[in-house]
Amino acid sequence: MSRSGVWIVLSIVHDKTLSLSPSLLSLGDHPPRVESGWTTKARCFTFALLRKQAAIWHKVAWLQLAFSARSADSRRACFAIRAIGESGNSLRTPASTTHRTSKLVTNAVAVKEAAASSAATKPGHELLMFEALREGLEEEMEKDPHVCVMGEDVGHYGGSYKVTKGFAEKFGDLRVLDTPIAENSFTGMAIGAAMTGLRPVVEGMNMGFLLLAYNQISNNCGMLHYTSGGQFTIPIVIRGPGGVGRQLGAEHSQRLESYFQSVPGLQMVACSTPYNAKGLMKAAIRSENPVILYEHVLLYNLKERIPDEEYICCLEKAELVRPGKDVTILTYSRMRHHVLQAAKTLINKGYDPEIIDIISLKPFDLYTIGNSIKKTHRVLIVEECMRTGGIGASLRSSIIDNFWDYLDAPIMCLSSQDVPTPYAGTLEEATVVQPLQIVKAVEQICE
Amino acid sequence: MAPQISTLRQALCTRANASRFLASPSLSRTFSCSAEEDSTPFTVDIAVPFKGHHIEPPPQVAETSPKELMSFFRDMSRMRRMEIAADQLYKSKLIRGFCHLYDGQEAVCIGMEAALTQQDNIITAYRDHCTYLGRGGTLPEVFSELMGRKDGCTLGKGGSMHFYKKENGFYGGHGIVGAQVPLGAGLAFAQKYEKVKAATFALYGDGAANQGQLFESLNIAALWDLPAVYVCENNHYGMGTAEWRAAKSPEYYKRGDYVPGLKVDGMDALAVKQAVKFAKDHAITKGPIMLEMDTYRYHGHSMSDPGSTYRTRDEISGVRQERDPIERIRKLILLKEIATVADLKNIEKEVKKEVEDAVAKAKESPQPDPSALFSNVYVKGYGSRAFGCDRKHSSAVLP
Repeated sequence: MSRSGVWIVLSIVHDKTLSLSPSLLSLGDHPPRVESGWTTKARCFTFALLRKQAAIWHKVAWLQLAFSARSADSRRACFAIRAIGESGNSLRTPASTTHRTSKLVTNAVAVKEAAASSAATKPGHELLMFEALREGLEEEMEKDPHVCVMGEDVGHYGGSYKVTKGFAEKFGDLRVLDTPIAENSFTGMAIGAAMTGLRPVVEGMNMGFLLLAYNQISNNCGMLHYTSGGQFTIPIVIRGPGGVGRQLGAEHSQRLESYFQSVPGLQMVACSTPYNAKGLMKAAIRSENPVILYEHVLLYNLKERIPDEEYICCLEKAELVRPGKDVTILTYSRMRHHVLQAAKTLINKGYDPEIIDIISLKPFDLYTIGNSIKKTHRVLIVEECMRTGGIGASLRSSIIDNFWDYLDAPIMCLSSQDVPTPYAGTLEEATVVQPLQIVKAVEQICE
Repeated sequence: MAPQISTLRQALCTRANASRFLASPSLSRTFSCSAEEDSTPFTVDIAVPFKGHHIEPPPQVAETSPKELMSFFRDMSRMRRMEIAADQLYKSKLIRGFCHLYDGQEAVCIGMEAALTQQDNIITAYRDHCTYLGRGGTLPEVFSELMGRKDGCTLGKGGSMHFYKKENGFYGGHGIVGAQVPLGAGLAFAQKYEKVKAATFALYGDGAANQGQLFESLNIAALWDLPAVYVCENNHYGMGTAEWRAAKSPEYYKRGDYVPGLKVDGMDALAVKQAVKFAKDHAITKGPIMLEMDTYRYHGHSMSDPGSTYRTRDEISGVRQERDPIERIRKLILLKEIATVADLKNIEKEVKKEVEDAVAKAKESPQPDPSALFSNVYVKGYGSRAFGCDRKHSSAVLP
């Protein structure tokens, strides 16, 4: 048993390559879903083990199954079941246990379990994504008095998407600041405050509004650490809903990741589930770098069971959503769910796609991406960003630069059409990538 | 249009004609070598009256001491000499890019420093060399930075427009006209948040005074009673556009509307000191206030600007003769018999030597190491590793 968690490794002999979705397994309230190809013996063994561990889990709460297939010849699979959280203040993100330890340990003190006695049968608690964001933000505000929130209607109104609901009463008007509608200035103020060591979380009521603050975000937020020769850090978080919603019109359906990706010094992450929303929110607040956290309007009501214990996610690490061997599908934010939908069809058709949520839009986690490409040799990028100059375009060029030799087929990139998002429902639907297109693209790549 | 130009010119040159130092004979003292240590206070009348907007201006007298006047003279001479050296270095192509000189406006910086502590914050635009020096920066750091060397105050990365000294409360040094003002409001917010009894001085020029974000942030600052002082350094030209050609109302101290304002003779260090002291108190107890410092730059907007297409040489030499901030202090020192003409000449020689040494030292400073290109893009170790294709190697270099 290592200090950072419990690792249980078991090897299973099986006939076919395994196909299993760790994210589904991690949800806790679903039974682990096992695709065909498992030997009955292996399945029983796994379930027995899962059941046996259940007693620990209501405390341990988080289970992540990491999967790695060895060479196809050996036909052996190695499962690693990792339970995080039991060992007090050693909470860490899986990938960063070694590197970040020394840096994060001061902040990463586990919250004492308030309801350890709650005899809940299922570990964790279920909440919607906006509640997960709120929980992450609230925990950080309780922990660090330097964290404050500013934005339009974040206080008394409770935030336009209720991420800061109840904060004004709890933390007071000095820490939860209702600003006038002046994005350029209040973003600038937040950056000024961050220069002195405060950790402001700026809410852009809608991503599109942040364009008014583009100068501040680019020139001061992104570049100040560099131009000051390292004198200042800007530990700011800029977050807000973006993406194509339900007929919100062009100005309110913006994906600004392509705008901000060329600003040096900024980090960009996109959350896609309540679990990573909370973890990324906490990580972003603790980061000394300016972080833009992209949320998606249509994901705020996504429900998931998340652990009761404190956890954070790694800002730079991609998430393997579903391992597979035929094609690597790289996606983020809402498109992750479109891809998962398409994956059902693809699996029925006999394909075995590997799905990666890239999470970090800048910088890319080329390690995870690269390893996947080395396995599948085929890449499909699915994004909601614009076709021209979007994240997909940057990702594609990074892949070509680094993994050209491993590619067996041209990289395909499905993006939104280069049009202002139309209001009409049918046109709007045609603007963003739909699951059917994903299926067709995979078929084409795997031909 | 013509009458307006001449009115402006007349105003610029004649404003100080009334300036006189009403020294009572009893206060005159015989010169002693220790004038630079003599801190016996005495008062001096401020010649140009303060003008208030929604506020009762402070008294027209400033308290000073021989020590302070001598330090004013020395510091301003150093600043002037530094800017002249920068001008020469630029012409010999050792300084490249943009370079905005502050000569003529020294009194604003000096007077402000005399009234503030390092708990107070200052943030300014791109004309920042002297402000940096005033906040405790050193000459070799300035010249190294201007020449893009390793020992510059921002390691050669910022350049002329990006000087900072965080430990002394100097927050830059910003290149986008007006964009530093909301940052200043944010600094003031942080002071309020941390319950520090100090104020933030956000400086901007008459050009930036027309920026929308200035009014946006002023609204917020006033709304939240932030200890922010908005200081308009009115040197009468936003690049080459005269104030009256860019602003419907060039009375910048009145443009805060609901925020009180004060117009100050920005060529008189003692007037600036008095006004800044007053503004600091006001900001801490009552919230934001606007100061307009009536000043003048001798050089063009930047090095590419000869500074003579939009104004006449007569105007510049007129201001030099009538209102020069250093000459004013020199006259006062001589009038008060704090030091002799020769003493002041000696100081100027010392300062010149200091600057020359600093330039020599800066020239010896090496160019930044190529590896410095990628440092300080992200704060290392805090969520900043780019996961390249080989995770063994972690760096801030983006793929």
